Amino acid sequence: MPLGIDDALPFAVVLPAVAAVAAVVMPHWGRAVGLVGGLMTAAAVVVIAFGNRVGGPIRYALGGWPAPLGIELAADGLAVVMLALVATVMLTAGVYALRYFDHDGGAEPALFWPLALLLWTGLNALALSADAFNVYVTLEVVSLAGVGLCALGGRGEAIVAALRYLLAGMLASLLYLLGVALLYVEHGTLDIATLAQVAVTGAAGFVAVPCILAGLALKAALFPLHFWLPAAHANANAPVSALLSALVVKAALYLVLRWWLAGLGMGLGPILVQLLGALGAAAVLWGSVQALVAARLKLSVAYSTVAQMGYLFLLFPLAANPTTASTAWAGIVYLVVAHGLAKAALFLASGSVLRAHGHDRLGELAGLLPRSPITKFAIGLSGVSLIGLPFSGGFVGKWLLLNAAIVSGQWWWVALIFAGSLLAAAYVFRIVALLFAQSESPIDVAPQHSPMLMELPALGLALAAVGLGFAYPALESTLALPDMLGDHAR
Amino acid sequence: MTTVQWLPLAVISASLVPGLMNFFLGEERHGTRVALNIAAAVLKLTLVVVMLAGVSSGEIYEVRVRLLPTADLVLHADALSLLFVTLSASLWLLTTLYAVAYLDGSSHRSRFFGFFSLCVSATAGIALAGNLLTLLLFYEALTLATYPLVVHRGTQEALAAGRLYLAYTLSGGMVLLIAVAWLRSLVGPLDFVPGGLLREHYVDATKLVVIFALLVIGFGVKAALVPLHGWLPRAMVAPAPVSALLHAVAVVKAGVFGIVRVVYDVYGIDLAQSLGVLGPLAVFASVTIVWGSVRALQQDELKKRLAFSTVSQVAYIALGTAVLGPIATIGGLVHLVHQGLMKITLFFCAGNLAETLGIHHVSEMRGVGRRMPLTMTAFTVAAFGMIGIPPIAGFISKWYLGLGAVSVGAHWVLGVLMISTVLNAAYFLPTVYAAWFQEPEDPWPRESVSTRTIETRWMLLLPPLVTGAAALAAGLLAGGSLSPLAWAQFIVAQEYRP
Repeated sequence: MPLGIDDALPFAVVLPAVAAVAAVVMPHWGRAVGLVGGLMTAAAVVVIAFGNRVGGPIRYALGGWPAPLGIELAADGLAVVMLALVATVMLTAGVYALRYFDHDGGAEPALFWPLALLLWTGLNALALSADAFNVYVTLEVVSLAGVGLCALGGRGEAIVAALRYLLAGMLASLLYLLGVALLYVEHGTLDIATLAQVAVTGAAGFVAVPCILAGLALKAALFPLHFWLPAAHANANAPVSALLSALVVKAALYLVLRWWLAGLGMGLGPILVQLLGALGAAAVLWGSVQALVAARLKLSVAYSTVAQMGYLFLLFPLAANPTTASTAWAGIVYLVVAHGLAKAALFLASGSVLRAHGHDRLGELAGLLPRSPITKFAIGLSGVSLIGLPFSGGFVGKWLLLNAAIVSGQWWWVALIFAGSLLAAAYVFRIVALLFAQSESPIDVAPQHSPMLMELPALGLALAAVGLGFAYPALESTLALPDMLGDHAR
Repeated sequence: MTTVQWLPLAVISASLVPGLMNFFLGEERHGTRVALNIAAAVLKLTLVVVMLAGVSSGEIYEVRVRLLPTADLVLHADALSLLFVTLSASLWLLTTLYAVAYLDGSSHRSRFFGFFSLCVSATAGIALAGNLLTLLLFYEALTLATYPLVVHRGTQEALAAGRLYLAYTLSGGMVLLIAVAWLRSLVGPLDFVPGGLLREHYVDATKLVVIFALLVIGFGVKAALVPLHGWLPRAMVAPAPVSALLHAVAVVKAGVFGIVRVVYDVYGIDLAQSLGVLGPLAVFASVTIVWGSVRALQQDELKKRLAFSTVSQVAYIALGTAVLGPIATIGGLVHLVHQGLMKITLFFCAGNLAETLGIHHVSEMRGVGRRMPLTMTAFTVAAFGMIGIPPIAGFISKWYLGLGAVSVGAHWVLGVLMISTVLNAAYFLPTVYAAWFQEPEDPWPRESVSTRTIETRWMLLLPPLVTGAAALAAGLLAGGSLSPLAWAQFIVAQEYRP
């Protein structure tokens, strides 16, 4: 039987899984397995993206059993965006890791490649699943791989942070599972598209929906459930920080988007919708202020993730109005991608700074911050996208949100975007100013040069975040809001 | 008539591409860098001249790229664009020459020239923007490109000035972004139309007034309208070529250019008048004119005095825009060029005094005319021009502003012009007098150029002589067909066409 484009769907999940196993079995070949497996997975993603562009959403029934009996994989526009973001960040962070870990003449920790590939497996499976329980399983895979990566080669602080991350993740999973189980008992299905339609109408929904939302909000580090994130992301190794901040928190958000897309958002009612927006707003303000006062570079970047995740919850209030739903949707998806690319770039560049100086205390970096213009540009350009200044992907996302807020007459969100942008500018330029500051320390502590394989991935991601600012016309059809009944799982 | 697409892109690329190349040049590749930057500036000026000839003969230059939903990136060259882009391209060439000499031997030159070129590219984008969104995009890009120049020295003072600059300009930029998004949500695409794009639409007047206020605040930050001007004097910490660029070529001009676009091509004079927004704008500009002059009078540091003078002088352009009638408009628009020529001359001269003799304060300028006669001649011409003494360019601007105000019955504008002229004279004449007629008391603070053949290095001397001569010529030959005045009349003829 010849392979069709739809056969790429299982490959996108199976290939990284096989590679992860191979990397465990052959630890000495970890790098080769990681890169080959990564490239093959990326190829599968390219095929899926191509197929989606030509023929619309793709479906694949595992073992030939269609849903609801069997497990079905499906790739619509949102899934393709997620797969592409994951592949891009995974590959660049992988290349970066080649040199990051051998800094002291050592090698990557033995578990780095298996865990990274396992994470990739989980993320791809999550993106392609449509069933509330399968999604739970993939979310667990993602969490466990994330915690493992977080603890890799860690000293005291990193281990404590990873443990806290693990506990928060488990609690979140339990909440989510509880919500899903309650809905299953009442409605007898696990299909997200079906459940989202009926969830808020049934009796169980009164408990189940808050449980699901709280579980996902905890995983997505929505304020005030973000407490575990800054330490975990700041203390991990730089390539891991990039994966956690750009992808892992997005996995939970991706599920939020899925439930919303399937119709959950419509049933929440105006108060809950504004409340979710308000928590997002608090995240934007609190995260930004913490990023502004953080004493360490990576901690500041980690708090920036808390702030940027807050914007994404503006989906609920901004898309509640049918006239602005498609604009808000496109804006949120754009911000997910732009933040993923820019944040990964910033963490990789921060890792180079940390490696070159041996520390990342912002107070002692003036003038020494990287010698190479490549890393400087990576920091500057990713910062531009995080603030949302033109020309960048962040600007497009923010422009779309701003338009949605104005057209729907919700001026308080306009005020938030105003304040959030200026705060982002404050914490980004606090770092950028160091690039221009005169050196206050003697020359003999000048930093080492970073290897090109660490500098170029960061710059590449930053350029991608900026280039995204010109990509809207090309991505428009992919970002179009699908039918509200959710053809994802039909 | 066919539409030419490549030329607007080429004008921007002529500085953008070499700008990016600068960053990849090693610090020690001095000769290559100089050749690259001067060649780029010459190329850009050539392209602009080609476009200038084309526009005056009715050629259409436009390129349109889709960027956002229902919002295109549009570059379109009209007469007003050309006024600004010609000014910036000409002054960029001279400033590049000047900067090469000024920064000779200092560090981070690749970075400096890189961002310098990016700045000019953003300015060209602002000048050629064919709709409000495009203008906004390049306006924000300009903020980003100038920040590294403001903090170039990397001292605590420079970094603090940079923070202040960003606080003002990014806040202004956000206000502008909100105003543009709001207006777009009301009327759709915002392509500039002579006579006003809003003429075709019916929109609630209150909303239009609020949006107008937001737009003026957003552009007013860079135009340094009082009370949004706080960043400008502090930004003086940057090297002299940067000050010249900020004050004469790029930043403040971008702000006031935005106001001109909003009044003429977005709202249109008729709508702006019926909304009653021009009166407050005129008051805003007048307060700025007087306040800037008063503050200039109080400064002993030469560059600070010039900075406050800019605050005051740029508001003339806003005033000319806000006072009704074609004659005042001509006065305002022509001042865009005239102020640029005169102010860049003053900054070049101030830089020469600092670089050659270590003079930074007005009180140290006694007798400097004898040591540096050519520099001080250029300085004197430009200062007289600022005061409005005929036949220098500044006189033409003030003449048209005054005449225009009287012709529409706004006699109070004459009072503003009079007060401002007296104050200008009060802060420029003593400087000029001291330089020429007083004896130097002490040795110069720090004399660094020992050559006695000419007073300072020729690359520092040539630019102010050229711009000073141009300021004189723009006034003397104002009646000629190639003068800035003639071009301003050409623009106004189009804006006031029924």
